[in-house]
Amino acid sequence: MTVALETVGLGKSFGALQVTRDVHLSLAAGDRHALIGPNGAGKTTLVNLMSGALAPDQGQVLLAGRDITTLSQARRVKQGLARTYQINQLFADLSVLENVVISLSERAGAGWNPWRRSSANSAVIDEAVVILAQLDLQDHALSLVRELPYGRQRLVEIAMTLAQRPSVMLLDEPAAGVPSAESHIILDVIAALPDHIAVLIIEHDMDIVFRFATTITVLVAGAILAQGSPADIANDEQVQAVYLGDGGDV
Amino acid sequence: MTEHYQTARHFLRERERWRWPEALPWLAIVAAFFIVPDYLALGTQIVIAIIFALSLDLILGYAGIITLGHAAYFGAGAYATGMLSAHLGWGEPISAMLFGGIIGGLAGFISGWVLLRYHGLTLLMLTLTTAILMQETANAAEEWTGGFDGLVGISIWPLLGTFDYDLWGKTYYCFAVVVLLVCFLVARTIVHSAFGRSLVGIKGNVERMHGVGTPVHGRLVTIYTISAAMAGVAGGLFAESNAYVTLDVLSFSRSGVVLIMLVLGGTGRLYGAFVGTAVYMTLEDELAKLSPEFWEFGIGLLLVVVVLFFRRGLLGALEDLRVRRS
Repeated sequence: MTVALETVGLGKSFGALQVTRDVHLSLAAGDRHALIGPNGAGKTTLVNLMSGALAPDQGQVLLAGRDITTLSQARRVKQGLARTYQINQLFADLSVLENVVISLSERAGAGWNPWRRSSANSAVIDEAVVILAQLDLQDHALSLVRELPYGRQRLVEIAMTLAQRPSVMLLDEPAAGVPSAESHIILDVIAALPDHIAVLIIEHDMDIVFRFATTITVLVAGAILAQGSPADIANDEQVQAVYLGDGGDV
Repeated sequence: MTEHYQTARHFLRERERWRWPEALPWLAIVAAFFIVPDYLALGTQIVIAIIFALSLDLILGYAGIITLGHAAYFGAGAYATGMLSAHLGWGEPISAMLFGGIIGGLAGFISGWVLLRYHGLTLLMLTLTTAILMQETANAAEEWTGGFDGLVGISIWPLLGTFDYDLWGKTYYCFAVVVLLVCFLVARTIVHSAFGRSLVGIKGNVERMHGVGTPVHGRLVTIYTISAAMAGVAGGLFAESNAYVTLDVLSFSRSGVVLIMLVLGGTGRLYGAFVGTAVYMTLEDELAKLSPEFWEFGIGLLLVVVVLFFRRGLLGALEDLRVRRS
């Protein structure tokens, strides 16, 4: 299997605080990989290092074998590495449709064109409609994002990322803040993501993790504590100690 | 599904459709020519200020770049056009004005490249100091700019070789209006393009724009350069219409007043520049006649009222009124 995303000895400190320690992580094409760990384990930091929002102090990030460590976040997106955010990063005052259109216009390379009307780009608009239908958002297309229930907003967050046609998706707590009655909507969408995309998901909800993941990595204090199949992780004594003993909040 | 495509396309097109109220400012501009021919000198200055405010709206209203130094580019354009005539003897009005635009744009590109790495208060202070630095440079380069005494000896040739400048400023008014129309069409096209929408995205959520692969800095520098070029054109027109340039074109108060005019009219809607500028300058003119010493008090009072009760400017207030009615 080809490696889609790999980190080699990734390290990051904020002052004296080492938030990422020597992380080696590898995602094959089509992987469903969950990253779990107690609060403050450095999960989001790791996603930030992978996506390029932060620069690592040590180590490398490889995308399909290419070193992307020095590339900006935007360049990484262009190479196929896209992410969602733990807290919605959307254009709240624009329609759902236009949120996706902005994302698609960038992928289509239209973002530099100051002369062509954005509404004249039918290919982009049609694709936006398809993506919204895929996420069952078609009836909300014309609503402003801030008028949507939070669960639906989380779907828009995923739509923005899907629009980039990524080969690797990093999902940072996609169901965070969603009432449990609605979380199945998010879960269904994640389960239906195209097979060829490698997906790394950070999640606290163990139901989602065990239903979704084929591989689980447990991060504690910035370092990998354990890695393996869901069955291995469930039976791992160290992991049980972290989650059932001190420091666990899940 | 087909229906969804149609709805989506229609929805996005609807936003940029020309609407009949858009004719109003242009009708007013044409009407002014016939109704108040004695005021065309003031009218010309208003039209020039509208171009300047419009250029500010592109960066402030759309891209969310806050600045207290936009006069830097207005002034760069004014001095460029003025010195082209005063020192090199070139007074052809259209090309001299465009030269002002080019120099303004160049100044915007160079300073924007550095400035736009910052945001918030840091950016505000840096834009302010950029304009001050340019003003001090103009002051020091006395030999070229005339320094504190101002740049004299600007002589502008007849427009298109035939229309000479009349005492009442009719020619210049028409010239400025045509330039405004061109600038407006450019601005309107830009804000409805994918590029323009990406600026709105940057203003709305820069984090997300990084996340969808937007080269944010490059976009900001681009619109800043376009805006500075437009401000430079306004400065060029200003130099030509007055045949005189002083350090005042680069002053802090000019940067501040253009911001006030735009906020007064409403940001991020293009026509805010028209309404805010016309109201501000007409009021300034009337109040100054009424009370030469205290006219600023009236302007200040108006601003306080607008900022307190109509946060989105006069056009925003109109919009709210219409929404409430329907």
